[in-house]
Amino acid sequence: MPTNIDNRRIVKISETIAETPTVKTLVFKDTLSYFAEPGQFLMVWIPRIEEIPMSVMINSKEGFAAVTIRKFGIGSTSLFERKKGDLIGIRGPYGNRFKLRKKYEKILIVGGGTGLVPLLRLATMAINKKIKSTIVMGARTKTEVLFEKLTKNIISGTASSLFVCTDDGSYGIKGTNVSEMTKIVRNENFDCVYTCGPELMMKAVVDIAKQNSIPVQASLERYMKCGIGICGSCCLDSSLICQDGTIFDGWQLSKMLEFGSTYRDKDGQKIKFA
Amino acid sequence: MSVDDKNFKLSVDIDEITLRNPTMLASGILGISQSIFERLYDENIGGIVTKSISVEPMKGYPNPTIIPLSGGSYLNAVGLSNPGVIAFSEELSQNKNIPIFISLVGSSEKDFAKMIKVFDSLNIIGYEINLSCPHVSKMGMEVGDDPEAVSKIVSTVRKNTKKPISVKVGVGSVDVIELARTAIDAGANIITAINTLRAMSIDVETMMPILSNRIGGLSGTAIKPIGIRCVYEISKNLKVPVIGCGGISTWQDVVEYMLAGASAVQIGSVLGSAGPGIFNSITKDLKKYIERKGIMKISEIVGIAHKY
Repeated sequence: MPTNIDNRRIVKISETIAETPTVKTLVFKDTLSYFAEPGQFLMVWIPRIEEIPMSVMINSKEGFAAVTIRKFGIGSTSLFERKKGDLIGIRGPYGNRFKLRKKYEKILIVGGGTGLVPLLRLATMAINKKIKSTIVMGARTKTEVLFEKLTKNIISGTASSLFVCTDDGSYGIKGTNVSEMTKIVRNENFDCVYTCGPELMMKAVVDIAKQNSIPVQASLERYMKCGIGICGSCCLDSSLICQDGTIFDGWQLSKMLEFGSTYRDKDGQKIKFA
Repeated sequence: MSVDDKNFKLSVDIDEITLRNPTMLASGILGISQSIFERLYDENIGGIVTKSISVEPMKGYPNPTIIPLSGGSYLNAVGLSNPGVIAFSEELSQNKNIPIFISLVGSSEKDFAKMIKVFDSLNIIGYEINLSCPHVSKMGMEVGDDPEAVSKIVSTVRKNTKKPISVKVGVGSVDVIELARTAIDAGANIITAINTLRAMSIDVETMMPILSNRIGGLSGTAIKPIGIRCVYEISKNLKVPVIGCGGISTWQDVVEYMLAGASAVQIGSVLGSAGPGIFNSITKDLKKYIERKGIMKISEIVGIAHKY
């Protein structure tokens, strides 16, 4: 097994899974990625196009891992268009991980869109450790609901449960994952809340967790060039998302003035979240 | 800046500047955020050089822009991405006590004059002029390889500020000593040597260059002996303060640069493996070294190798 995560591996896409019309999962064989901790990310090279940070997606086959892409910018659209047999480069996995404490018995997982990727790796690990996981996933509308079947497989035969919400009510529970979370924490106690998704959603999840005195961990995202603590592009206050994160706990987040407020664009200027 | 007794042993003077220790952040690394500068200062860094700032914001090249190579070396072609003079002066406006050099990059004297007009009232200790970025056309090294342009730019900067000016030189087509001499003659106080060296990496499976810009600059462990040679030659021939830069990852590397003639050093690429805590550990080890050697003050070792 290779041990230097900085070494770029060129991997062949062994399978592509269309998750929604705009979201696709690319599966490849890579031992380091297979053993990635929940929340870690890869720097994915799309030759002659881009290199982008992507959370490591789980795959059922031993020795395999995946990335899940939403078609958005030049890099992600180009990655989305890759076919079975195409070559991509990966380095990593980088970053810290979601922490599951030994004493935890019940956790709440709140994810939106492709933010579910690290959370599914976490849920798999939690369920293997017999920790009861309540998973709340949100999407704007029915066609954008991601990973429902996969999640049902992960939790089947366990005490864990899944809530699917759509903003427009076209599928599952009508409303946001945040409003559903608010209802759930009113009636049930949790040892920790885990979240990943759009930053303003995460900000709301973190605030609700704090109001209910539940520990919380969030996986944050910023533009990255290097992924290894050199370029500084991903700074959020005095933290580097790539090296100190991507996961921060409620205490760390409470000191970050930029969380849910501003991000930096490619040239480093601060932009307010709309 | 005053240096208290606790820091006396490691403090260094570069021209009229006193730093509490010789370790500085190299330009281009983590260099856009005041909060990050504060964190590095808490990690006992001696001084900061910002990312190179241009008049207008620059987005830089698409990724891959920075790639780790084997053995502690790195290849980059970031393309001088930076927030531009206006946003960056706002970023630094809260700076109180951190010794910051602003790195400047431009293609004409006018660019530099414009930037200094904005930056000169900030709480900063000086400027570093980037004449050696090896991978952006009409900026950096293309200017550095043109002695007339170097002379014009440095004298323009000199006319517009009383603050110390360092000129960052690299290994281009003009001899590094001649380039340094031109900069000093035009009014620079300090020479920073060296920048990255033009380099390239090609992936054997896809058969494609990895950097989006194809060619970039090599930094890290591989370039250290070249940096040592340049610092040695410049300080020996020109008798000017030199800041050494290139491939420093341990306290021994800092000492080696100082023995070659560097008054202070800049550290960059190693942050990719060691993180910001590296400044704390290196300065602790430097203190142990001078105590073990019976040296009163680290600045006493600057240029000792010239004697032999």
